[in-house]
Amino acid sequence: MQPEEVDAAREAALAAIAAAADLEDLKRVRTEHTGDRSPLALANREIGALPPQARKEAGQRVGRARGEVNQALAARQEVLEAEHAARILVEETVDVTLPTDRLPIGARHPITTGAELIADIFVAMGWEVAEGPVIEAEWLNFDALNLDADHPARTMQDTFWTASSDRTGPADDVHGAGTGVVLRTQTSPVQARTMLTQEPPIYVVAPGRVFRTDEYDATHSPMFHQVEGLAVDEGITMAHLKGTLDHFATQMFGEGVTTRFRPSYFPFTEPSAEVDLKCFVCRGVDSASCRTCRGEGWIEWGGCGVVNPRVLIACGVDAERYTGFAFGMGIDRTLMFRHGLEDLRALFEGDVRFTTAFGSEL
Amino acid sequence: MKAPLSWIKEYVDLPAEVTTEQLTDRLTDLGLKLEAIHSAADAITGPLVVGKVLTMDPEPQKNGKTINWCTVDVGAANGSGEPQGIVCGAHNFEPGDLVVVILPGGVLPGNFQISARKTYGHLSAGMICSAAELGLGDDHDGIIVLPPDAGKPGDDAFDALGLREEVIEFEINPDRAYGLSLRGIAREAALAFGAPYHDPALRETPSSNGEGYSVLVDDPAGCPVFVARTVTGFDPAAPTPAWMVERLTHAGMRPISLAVDITNYVMLETGRPIHGYDLDKLQGAIRVRRANEGERMTTLDGAERTLSPEDLVVTDDSGIIGLGGVMGGETTEMSETTTNVLIEAAHWDAVSMFRTGKRHKISSEAGKRNERGVDPTICAAAADRVVELLVQLGRGTAELGVTVFGTPPEQPPIRIGYDLPARISGIDIDAGTVVDNLKAIGAAVDADADGVTVTPPPWRPDITDPFDLVEEVVRIVGYDQVPSVLPREAAGRGLTRTQKLRRRIGRTLAGAGCVEVVSFPFVGAATFDALGLPADDVRRQTVPLANPMSAEEPAYTTTLLPGVLKAAARNIGRGAPGVALFETGTVAFPVDRGPAPIYGVDRRPDEADLQKLFDALPRQPLHLAVVLAGERERAGWWGAGRAAGWSDAVGLVRRLATELGVTVEVRRATTMPWHPGRCAVFLVDGVELGHAGELHPNVCAELGLPARSAAAEIDLDLLMAHATVVATGPAFSSFPLAKEDVALVVADDVAATTVETALREGAGGLLESVRLFDVYTGEQIGEGKKSLAFALRFRAPDRTLTEAETSAARDAAVARAAEVVGAVQRS
Ligand SMILES: [Zn+2]
Repeated sequence: MQPEEVDAAREAALAAIAAAADLEDLKRVRTEHTGDRSPLALANREIGALPPQARKEAGQRVGRARGEVNQALAARQEVLEAEHAARILVEETVDVTLPTDRLPIGARHPITTGAELIADIFVAMGWEVAEGPVIEAEWLNFDALNLDADHPARTMQDTFWTASSDRTGPADDVHGAGTGVVLRTQTSPVQARTMLTQEPPIYVVAPGRVFRTDEYDATHSPMFHQVEGLAVDEGITMAHLKGTLDHFATQMFGEGVTTRFRPSYFPFTEPSAEVDLKCFVCRGVDSASCRTCRGEGWIEWGGCGVVNPRVLIACGVDAERYTGFAFGMGIDRTLMFRHGLEDLRALFEGDVRFTTAFGSEL
Repeated sequence: MKAPLSWIKEYVDLPAEVTTEQLTDRLTDLGLKLEAIHSAADAITGPLVVGKVLTMDPEPQKNGKTINWCTVDVGAANGSGEPQGIVCGAHNFEPGDLVVVILPGGVLPGNFQISARKTYGHLSAGMICSAAELGLGDDHDGIIVLPPDAGKPGDDAFDALGLREEVIEFEINPDRAYGLSLRGIAREAALAFGAPYHDPALRETPSSNGEGYSVLVDDPAGCPVFVARTVTGFDPAAPTPAWMVERLTHAGMRPISLAVDITNYVMLETGRPIHGYDLDKLQGAIRVRRANEGERMTTLDGAERTLSPEDLVVTDDSGIIGLGGVMGGETTEMSETTTNVLIEAAHWDAVSMFRTGKRHKISSEAGKRNERGVDPTICAAAADRVVELLVQLGRGTAELGVTVFGTPPEQPPIRIGYDLPARISGIDIDAGTVVDNLKAIGAAVDADADGVTVTPPPWRPDITDPFDLVEEVVRIVGYDQVPSVLPREAAGRGLTRTQKLRRRIGRTLAGAGCVEVVSFPFVGAATFDALGLPADDVRRQTVPLANPMSAEEPAYTTTLLPGVLKAAARNIGRGAPGVALFETGTVAFPVDRGPAPIYGVDRRPDEADLQKLFDALPRQPLHLAVVLAGERERAGWWGAGRAAGWSDAVGLVRRLATELGVTVEVRRATTMPWHPGRCAVFLVDGVELGHAGELHPNVCAELGLPARSAAAEIDLDLLMAHATVVATGPAFSSFPLAKEDVALVVADDVAATTVETALREGAGGLLESVRLFDVYTGEQIGEGKKSLAFALRFRAPDRTLTEAETSAARDAAVARAAEVVGAVQRS
C-alpha cells in the first residue's frame, strides 16, 4: 500500500470516527476502519511482505496511522458514552412533585408532649418527675393535704368515689361509698406520696391525669390533666416559688413572660396564691383586642403557695427544719391558651386531624 | 357574692377619687377576687319607664296560652299621654300595679330591639319587663311589680330600679366567709385604703331579761349562741320598700315578702343568717338538740328529710320545726298572714352545718355562711337589726322580752415570732409591719420582744395557725413585693428509666404512623358486650364508681380497647380512609383489700400503715392499645394501597419488643375481641404480655369499624420491666456468608415459630440467622399442609465455611424440624 493510500485510509477513518453519531455508529466505524478487513489492517498485514528496508518505514507509517485512529476511537467512545449517560438521565426524569404519602403520618398527643415539655424544663433545673396512681387513697388525695372530710373545700372538688365491687349506688358526698378510694381530683397526692417516701431536699414535678364530676363542655371535662410542683428544703420561701414559676413561664412562653401572685386559698398551702401569667401574645400592651387574654393582659394559670406545715407533719417532714412550696396548673388549659384552642373536647375526641397538627412540636 | 357599690360605701368612707376599678383591683390584691362588675344600665337603651296598669283583659289563645291585653299609663313618656296598649304573657299583676315598661325604640340586654308589632290580634306597643329581661337575675316567673312608692307613671325606670348601680361580683374563697357580707367586704375596702369603717354590726343591744321566748339548748357545742326576739302586730301587707328590693335583687336574691326580705337583707348586711318563725304557729318552748336516728321532717322547700344524730334540729312541743342553721321547717314558716314573728339569730357549729348540708344536699344562703363560719359575737346585733326593720317598715311592735342563750366561743391565741412572715415570704418585713398589719385585720395583738400573741377577730374563724397570720401580714404588704429568686440547685437524677422508655414507646409508635389518642376510662356492661367478652372474662371485673357520670358507664376500665376503637370508628365515620391509633394509660383491676384506711394527720403513718393504704388500691398497670382500621398504606400513582390487617397489629407489638430488647414468644390464642383464628398472644418469660390480631367480625360490625380492622393491647409495665438495661456489644465475623434456602412442608396448624425454633436448634452454632420468606399452600403441597420457605444464613467466626460444612448444618436443621413437627423438605 502506498503511503498516500495509508494516509487516505487514516483520514477516512478519522473522518468516520468524528462523524459517528452514537455508540452504535462508532462500533460500526471501528469494525470498518480497524477490523480485520479494514484498509489499515490490510496495510499492516502487507508490511511483512515488504523488503526489510521498506518494512521499517511502512511499519512506522502504518503503526502511526493505526495509533491515531485508535486514539480517536477511544476519545470518541468516551464522548459518546458521556452523551449516552446524560441522555439516559434526561429520559429518566420524573415529576418529583408527585405525592409520596404512601405511609400515614403518626403523632403523639399534645397532652403527652406538653407534659414532657414541662417536665423537661424542671428536669433541666435538677428537679425530678414524680408519679402516682390515678385511683388514689382518699387519705392521700384529701386528708394528708389538710382537707379532712369536713373541710368546705372538698365541695369545690367534686369527687368520683369508687364503690366496693359488690355495691354501686349513690354516694354520700362527704365520705363517698366508704371505700376510702377516689379517682384523684388533683395531682397533689403525688406531693404527699413523695414526702412520705423521700427525705428532703425534694424537688419534684408531677404531671398527670385527674378527675372531677364536671359536666363535659367546651371548657370543662370530667377528666383533665394537671402538673404539680413541690419543693421542700431548708429555707424555702415564697420568693423561691416566684423565681421558679417565673423561670417556668419564661421557658414555656418566652423571654419576658413573668408571673404575678394574687392571694387565694388552698388547704394544702398557706399563704396561698393564684398565679397569673403575663399574656405571652400581647405582653399586656394594647390588650383590649387580644383574644388570648381577652383584654386582661394576664392569663389565670394556676394555684400555688407555701406548703402548709400541717401537710408536712402528716407526711412526716420535720416542719421546724423544712419549709416548702407547691404549685399546680392545668395542662389542658395551658394547651388551650398556648395553641388557641376553642373547645377542650377536641383533646379527647381522637380525631387524627387534630392530633397530627401537633406532630411538629417536640 | 354580689355587692352593690352604694351599699359597700355605706360602711366605708372611701376617698372620693377612688374609682370602682381601683377599688376592685385593691380588693383583688387583698384576696377578694373580682369576678365581674355589673351595671344593668349598660345593656339597656330607653325609653324604660314606670307604668301603671289601667286595664288587663285575659284572652285565651288557641295554643292554650292566655295572654293579657293591657293598657298602661306611661305618663308623657310616649309623647301622647294616651294609655299604651301592650300584650303581656305574665299573670302576676293586676290593674293598679306599677310595672316597668320598655317603649318602642328601646333595646334590652342581648340587643333585643323593641318595636310596636302586631301580635295576638293587637298592636302591642312595647313590653312589660321581667327582672330577667332586664338582666337582673334569672327570675323568669313573671314581670316586675314595683312597690307603690317606686315612682309615678312615666318616671325613668333606670332610677326606680337602680339599674345604674354598679354591682361588684366577688369570688369568695372558703377561708374568707366574712366576704359573704357587706360588712366584710366594706371592712376589706377600708383596709385597702386605710379608710374609716362603720361596722353595721356594732350596735347597742338589749340584754337577756328572762322575759323572752323560752329557748333550751341541749347541745351547746352545736349551738353555742341562740338569740330570740319577738315582734308583734307586724303588717303582713306592708310592701318591701323599693330600695330594699333593689339591693336584694342586685345581690342576686329574689324579693319574697317584707318579713323574709328583711331577714335576707340583714344576712347580706352582717353575714349572720337569721331565721324568722310565725310566732302563732309555735307551740311551747324552743329546744335545740341533735336529731334521733330516722326522725323525719319537712323543710320549707317541701322536701321530706330523714334525719340522723349528726343533724342539729330546732323543736317545739309539736316536734321538729327546723334543721338548725340550714333550713327552716314547713310548719312554722312565715306566710302572707304572719303578724307575729319570732326572730332566731343563732351561732351553729360549722362542721355540723357542713355535714348536714351535704347529707341532705341542701345548698342555702344560710347554710353556705354557717358552714364556712360566721362571727359568733353578732347574733344579738343582727337580731336587733331585724327587729328595727320590722318595726320601721312593717309597723310591728318590738316586744321587750329578749332571750340570749350562751356565749360566743373564743378563739385561742396564736403565737408567732416577728421573723416568721419574712422567713416564709422572702420579703423584708419588720416587726412594726407585723404588728400593724395584724391590728389592721382586727386582731387583738399582744407584742413583746420576740414576737406577737394574736387573738384573731371573731369574724375570722379561719385563722388558726401561725402560717395563717403570715398570710394576713403578707397580703397587706402585697404579694407583688415577693422577690423572684431561684432555689438552690437541686441534685436531680433526670428522668427515670421508665419515664424515658415511655417516651420511646410513644415515639416509636408515632414513627410507625400511629396517632396517639386520650380517651375517658369509663366503661359499663354494654362496653364489654360490644367487645364480645364472655361473662367470666377477667376484664369484666372492674372497679365500680359510686357516682359515675353516666349509669351506662359506671366503672373504671380494665382495657384501653374501647377508647381507641371508638376513636377509630369516629375517624372512619368522618371520612378517614384509614386510621392507626394508639393510647397508653393505666387501667384498674380490683384487689378487694379495702376499704383504704383514713388515718389521722397529726403524724406520719408508720410503714405498715402506709403499706396497708397502698395495698388497698386497685392494681393499675400501664397499658398500650393500638387499632389499625381501613387503609394502612394508601393507594396512589405507585399502585394499590394496602388494608390494615392482623399482621400490622402483631408487627407493632413485635417492633416495640425488639426496640426495647425484649424477647417475646408469640402463640396463637382465642380471645375476644379478636378473630378466633387470627389472634396472637405474647409471652415474656412465660407471663402474658397481651394480645394482637384481627378483630372479630362481629366486633367490627358492632363498633362501625371496617372489616378486618386489627388491634393490640399489651401491659407496658411488664414490657418495660424486661427491657434491656445494658446492651451487650455484639461480636460478628467478617468471613463470607453461606446461604442455604429450604422449603419445609408441615401441617397447616403448625406455627411458623415452632418450625423456626426447630431449625435454630438443629442448625447449631454456625447459624447466623434464619428468616421465613415465603408461605405456600396449594395442590402441589396437598390438603391440610403448607410449605414454609426459610432462608438460612451460616457464617463461622474464624474461617470461610466449606460447602460440606454448610450443607451438613442445613441438613441437621431440617432433620430437627422433621423430628419436632414432622417437616418434610420440598425438593
Ligand atoms: Zn393578651
